[in-house]
Amino acid sequence: MQLQLEYFLLLGAALFCIGIYGLITSRNAVRVLMSIELLLNAVNLNFMGFSNFLDPQEIKGQVFTVFVITVAAAEAAVGLAIVLSIYRNRDTVDMEQFNLLKW
Amino acid sequence: MDLAQGVQIVSFALLSLMMIAAALGVVLLSNIVYSAFLLGGVFISISGLYILLNADFVAAAQVLIYVGAVNVLILFAIMLVNKREDFTPLSSAGLRKGATALVCAGLFVLLSTMVLATPWSASTASVPTTESSIVRIGQHFFTDFLLPFELASVLLLIAMVGAIILARREYLPEVLQTPKVQQQVLTLPERPRELVPAISDSSTLTSTKGDRN
Repeated sequence: MQLQLEYFLLLGAALFCIGIYGLITSRNAVRVLMSIELLLNAVNLNFMGFSNFLDPQEIKGQVFTVFVITVAAAEAAVGLAIVLSIYRNRDTVDMEQFNLLKW
Repeated sequence: MDLAQGVQIVSFALLSLMMIAAALGVVLLSNIVYSAFLLGGVFISISGLYILLNADFVAAAQVLIYVGAVNVLILFAIMLVNKREDFTPLSSAGLRKGATALVCAGLFVLLSTMVLATPWSASTASVPTTESSIVRIGQHFFTDFLLPFELASVLLLIAMVGAIILARREYLPEVLQTPKVQQQVLTLPERPRELVPAISDSSTLTSTKGDRN
């Protein structure tokens, strides 16, 4: 018995589903950003699993993971700045009250 | 099954249990400060999983960037918007959560059947590369991934400028416009609160500064 690729893929799928559940159901805007981080980490876990098991010589999956981590850091910075700006304007972080663009 | 494989299996089980439990805590706990710290636990567990996947450099980068930067940034944001507000309960909250849980469980079942049904042509005995993964990643960065590597730096610069512009104040605080201020009382202009005098005999200054906002 040995570590298989399927274990990591199943773990990534579970983390992705938990992230989507949090993304849809959470009311706090900061928690939405945390759920997005969970989604990106699930994708990274898939990349690393494929990189180790299908491409152990040219580890291009790890290179892609580094790029995803970079974009995730930029996304977290800009997203939290947007949350702060919305909090200053609307004085709340409730996602249900951010309906300025609703018809 | 020799000792190394047993250690790998046991540590994989422990790390995945930690990760799933912490991720559920992130999503389900009501106190968001606990959620932020559990998010750090998720990142640490994923870093351990990367070490199990022979990726030492990415594991270190995961700890440095996610736990050291992103998680601290999220904690800063939570502390900045820490208004205790009770969200007005929606009428269809239970229905919404139930439907979302159903869709997510269905998605997980779909993904897991796809994963288990596909014959991955995996070399299960993953060949350990002779050279370090850092050397290999560096070669990739400076040969065939050179353009995305440079564009990532431009992206980080753009994100930094954009975050500063989005999060800065729209007006200058009035403290800068008063000609001479002996006792600087530290206050946030957009969130007035009771001012604590920095020195005990500066109460007149704080009382005059307290009623602007």
